[in-house]
Amino acid sequence: MTHYDAIVVGAGHNGLTNAAYLARSGLKVLVLEANPWIGGAAVSREIEKGWIYSNCSYVCSLLRPELFRDLELARHGLQVVPYGGGVSITSNGDILGNYTDEQVQRREFARHNPRDADAYHRYSTDVMRQCKFIRPLLLRTPPDPTSFKPRDIREMMFLGREFAKFGEQFIYDTMRFYSMSIADFLGEYFESDLIKCHLSGSGIIGSAMGVYSPGTAYVLLHHYMGDVDGSIGAWGFARGGMGAVSKAIANSFKSFGGEIQTDAPVARVIVKGGRVAGVATTNGNEYRAKIVVSNLDPRRTYTKIFDPQDLPPAIVEKAKNWKIRGSSGKLNIALDGLPEFPALGKNNPLACGDMHFLDSLEKMERAYDDWKNGTWSKEPYLDLLIPSMTDPTMAPPGKHFMSVFVQYVPPFINGREWTDADREGFKNTVLDQIARYSPNFRSLVRHVECRTPREIENEVGLTEGNIFQGELTMDQLLFNRPFPGYAQYRGPVKGFYMCGSGTHPGGGVMAAPGANAAREILMDLRRPGIVPEGWQDD
Amino acid sequence: MTDRNRIVVIGAGHNGLVCAAYLARAGRQVLVLEAAPQVGGAAVTRELAKGFRVSGCAHVCYQLDSGIARELALASHGLKWAREGLKTVALAGAGEHLVLDGSRAESPALPDADQKAYADYHARMRRFARVLGKQHHRIPPRIGGGGRSDMMTAAALGLDIRRLGRDSMREFLRIAGINIFDVLEELFESPLLKGALAFDAVLGTNLGPRSNNSVLALLHRLSGDAQGSLSLPEGGMGSVSEALAAAARAAGATIRVNSPVARITMEGDRVSGVELEDGEIVPAGTVVSNADPAQTLLRLLGPRHLETGFVHRVRHIRSKGMAAKLHLALEAMPTIARLGPDLAGERLLIAPDPGYIEQAFDAAKYGQCSPEPALEIMFPSVYDKTLAPAGKHVLSAIVLYAPFDPRASDAPARQQMLDGALAVLERAAPGIRRQVIASELLLPADIEREFRITGGHWHHGELALDQMLMLRPVPGAAQYAMPVNGLWLCGAGCHPGGGVIGAAGRNAANAVLAQEKAA
Repeated sequence: MTHYDAIVVGAGHNGLTNAAYLARSGLKVLVLEANPWIGGAAVSREIEKGWIYSNCSYVCSLLRPELFRDLELARHGLQVVPYGGGVSITSNGDILGNYTDEQVQRREFARHNPRDADAYHRYSTDVMRQCKFIRPLLLRTPPDPTSFKPRDIREMMFLGREFAKFGEQFIYDTMRFYSMSIADFLGEYFESDLIKCHLSGSGIIGSAMGVYSPGTAYVLLHHYMGDVDGSIGAWGFARGGMGAVSKAIANSFKSFGGEIQTDAPVARVIVKGGRVAGVATTNGNEYRAKIVVSNLDPRRTYTKIFDPQDLPPAIVEKAKNWKIRGSSGKLNIALDGLPEFPALGKNNPLACGDMHFLDSLEKMERAYDDWKNGTWSKEPYLDLLIPSMTDPTMAPPGKHFMSVFVQYVPPFINGREWTDADREGFKNTVLDQIARYSPNFRSLVRHVECRTPREIENEVGLTEGNIFQGELTMDQLLFNRPFPGYAQYRGPVKGFYMCGSGTHPGGGVMAAPGANAAREILMDLRRPGIVPEGWQDD
Repeated sequence: MTDRNRIVVIGAGHNGLVCAAYLARAGRQVLVLEAAPQVGGAAVTRELAKGFRVSGCAHVCYQLDSGIARELALASHGLKWAREGLKTVALAGAGEHLVLDGSRAESPALPDADQKAYADYHARMRRFARVLGKQHHRIPPRIGGGGRSDMMTAAALGLDIRRLGRDSMREFLRIAGINIFDVLEELFESPLLKGALAFDAVLGTNLGPRSNNSVLALLHRLSGDAQGSLSLPEGGMGSVSEALAAAARAAGATIRVNSPVARITMEGDRVSGVELEDGEIVPAGTVVSNADPAQTLLRLLGPRHLETGFVHRVRHIRSKGMAAKLHLALEAMPTIARLGPDLAGERLLIAPDPGYIEQAFDAAKYGQCSPEPALEIMFPSVYDKTLAPAGKHVLSAIVLYAPFDPRASDAPARQQMLDGALAVLERAAPGIRRQVIASELLLPADIEREFRITGGHWHHGELALDQMLMLRPVPGAAQYAMPVNGLWLCGAGCHPGGGVIGAAGRNAANAVLAQEKAA
C-alpha cells in the first residue's frame, strides 16, 4: 500500500492539469489512468502504421493561454499551429469560404448577399463582445446564488459589476443570446441560408440539439471563446496531434515530481468515516490519499466508482439524471493522397481549414430529427479537416490524415445497441457524402477508423460518448454544473473533488476545469496563489 | 384642448378594454376604437352555424387576473361561469384514460410512483409559477441604465426567487431554462401522463416538448391567479370581453366598433391622434395600442418615426403562431370509448406521449401541417346550453401544430389540417365525422387576418426567455412607453404576455397615469 497526498482518477487533459498544479504546490500526487496511454479524449494514436490520428478531439483553441504559459507547455513540447481557410460547399457546387482578412470576408459574404456583408461586421462585433465578457470568467469558480457566504456574495457582486460595465444594451443582448436558437440568433443578422448554415455549425457541434433548438446560440459562443496566440476565435492544430497537449501537460506534471500509472482502472473510491481514504484499482491495488479528484464525467463518477452507501441518495439520483446524451461520431481516415474537391479547384488554401457540405438550415435540422428518431443522420453535418496539410508529421510524405467529425450519431439505434451492420451503414453514409463532393476520395481511402458514441464511451470512458462530459444547456452550466450546490468542484464526501469537463466551464480542451478544481483544493489546504485566477491579460 | 386630453385606445381586445377601464376610472377621457363589429379581439364568441356559437380564438379562461375581475366588478357587469375547475382527461388510444384533477392524477393504469410524483410536481410547478405571477403587476425594470425604482423591481424579482428557499431555488434555477421533455423524463414513467403534461408546456408556443424554453412556457401558463385551473365563461369567451366593455363604459369610456385605425398621426415629435381607414381624423394627446407591437410600430406608426436599431428589434420579434383552431357544430354528442358522460364536458387531450407531440412539431418546422396533430378538445356546450340548440353540441379544439407559412398554399393546407384533425378525432370518437353540421379551421394565417394579430400568435409574440419580462416586446422598451412621445402599448406583446390575464392593460394604464403625474 502506498500513500499519496492526492490521487487523480483519469489522465485526461483536465486530470493532468489538476495534478500538475497540486504537484506544483508540493503535494505528492498520483494519476491513475485506465487505458495503456494517457490523454483521455486528447490523444494521438497510430492505428494505421505511419499515420497519427487525433482520434477524438482534433483541433485546439480553447486551451487557456494563462495555463499554457503557467505550466510552460511550450517548453514541454506543445506547439499549436493556427490553420487558415475553411469552407462550406453546397450541392450545386457553390462555396462560402473563411478568410482572416475582414475585408475579403466581407466581399465573400457580399457575393452571396450584399446586405449580409453589411451585417457581418455587426455580427462579429457582437459575438466578440460576448467573448470578451465570458473569457475572464472561465478561470473563476462559479458562485452559489443560494448561498449567503461572503465569498459567494462577493463573487456575485463581481459578476454583476463586470456585466454592468458593458452597458444596458449588452445586458439585454446577453440575456437573449444565452437562450436563443442559433438559427434565430443568426436570423437577426443574415438573410442568406448558406451564410446562416455556415456559421451555425458551431452551435450544434457536440450538442444534442438542432439549429432550431433554443439554447444553441450559447454553444456557438463556447466554440468562439478560445484563441490561438491571442487571436480570439481562431483554431489551430496541436503539432503531432491532440495527444501533444496531454503529453505536454503530463511532462509539466512530471517536472513537478508527479507520478502517472497507466493500465490502472479505478474500481472504487474508498470512504472511511465520512471522508475519502484512497482508491482501489480493478487489479487489486489500493492507494491511500486524503484527497481524491475525479476527472471522469459526473454520471460515471457517482454511479461507477462509488459504493452508493457512501453517497447521499440525492447525488446518485442527480448523477443518473445528468444529461450526457451522445450525439456525435468520428471517422478518422488514412488517405493515400490529397482528395480533390472540384468546387474548390486545385490548391485552394480554403481546403486547409474546416470543410462542410451544407445547403440549408432545414437540412441541418432534419439531421437532428433523425437523431431524435433513434438513428444516425442520413445527411449528417460534417466538420472535415485534413490536418496533415498543415502539420506534415501526421502522415507519411504525400499521404494525408483526414478527421471527420459527424453530427448527429445516437448512442443507441432505436434503443438497442449498435451492430456491425449499423456501424458499416453509418460509415458509408459519411463516406458517400464526402465522395459526392470529391470524386477521387473513395479511391484514396486506405484505412477508416469508425467511432460511434459506443466506441468513444468504451475507449475514452465518456458516458454515451458525449464530448462535453454533459450537455451545455442552462440546467448544466455555471452554478448548475455538474449539480446545483456542487459547482465549486467539491463532491458530497469530504476530500473528494471533481475536475473534468462536467464541471464549470465545461467541455473542449480548455484545461480550465482542472485548474479551477486545483485552486479550490489548494484553498482547502490553505495554499493560495498557485493557480492563476480570472483575467490575466489578453 | 379637449383633444389633447383625449386618450385613444386602439383595439378592444381584453387588454385594451382593461386599460380603457382603468384610465376612465382615473377620470381620463377615453375612446376605444375597434376594427371588428364586436369587442373582444381574440376573446370573442361568434356564430359558427345557425344556433351554434363558439369561442372564436381563446376558448377557456385560466389566467384572468382576480384583482382586475374584482376591481372592475366583472361579475356585476354580467360575467358568469358555466363551469369552474375543469378536469383534464388525457385520452388513451387503447386502455384507460387519465384524469388530472387538481393535484391528483387518476387512472387504474397509472403506477403508484407516478401518482405521488405528480402531486409533488403539481405543487412545485405552481410554487415556481408564483414567482412569475408576482411579476405580472410590476412594470418590468430597465437593467443597467435604469434608476432607483428599476433597481428595486429587479431586486424584488431576485428576492421572490430567494424566498423559494434554498432547495427550491436551486431547482427553479436548474429547470427554468430547459425543456419539459427532460424534466418529465426524470420524474415519470407513464407515457400518457408525460404526454399530457408536455402538451400544457407547448400549447400556443413555437416549441416542441424537447425545445428549451418549454418549462418556462408552462410556468407562464400556471402563473395566473387561478394557477392553471380552467374555467368556462357562460356564453363563451366573448362574455369576458363584454363584461370588460361594460365595466369600461360604466367608468366613462366610449367604445366604437367598426372603426379600423389606418395610422397613428404625428405632430412634431409626439402623436397627435389616429386616422381611421375611412379617413376620419381622431385627435388625441395619448394613443395606447392594444394591437401587436409590429403592427403598431411598423404599420400604424411607420418606421420613419423610429430609430433604426429599434425598428430592427421590432422586426425580429418572433411572433409566428403554430396553433390552429378547429370548430365543429355537431348533430349530437359524440361517443368516446370508455369515457363516462360525467367527463365529456371536461378538457380532453389527445397527446398520447411526448414523442407524438414532438413528431407533430417536426412536421410544422418545415412548413407542413402535422399529419397526426395533438389536440386540446372542449365541448363547451355540455356545461353551457347557450352555445348550441338543445341536444346538439359544439366542439372547440386547439390543433398542434400548424405552420404560419405552409409550403402548400393556405387553402390546401387548411384542408389538410382539417382532415388530419378529423382523422385523429374519428379514432377517439368513432362516428364524429358523420355528426358534423358545420366546420371551420383557422390556420395561424387566418388568425392573423381575422383577429389582426401579426403572425397569428396568441401571445402577440413567443413567450420565451429572450422575449419575456424586460425583453418584452423588445429590450429597452418594456415599460409600455414607446420611443415616440404619447404612444404606449398595452397588449399581449408586452409583459406579462397573453392568455387573457389583463395585466398588460392595467400596467399600461398605470404607466400612462404615472407619467402624467411626473410631467
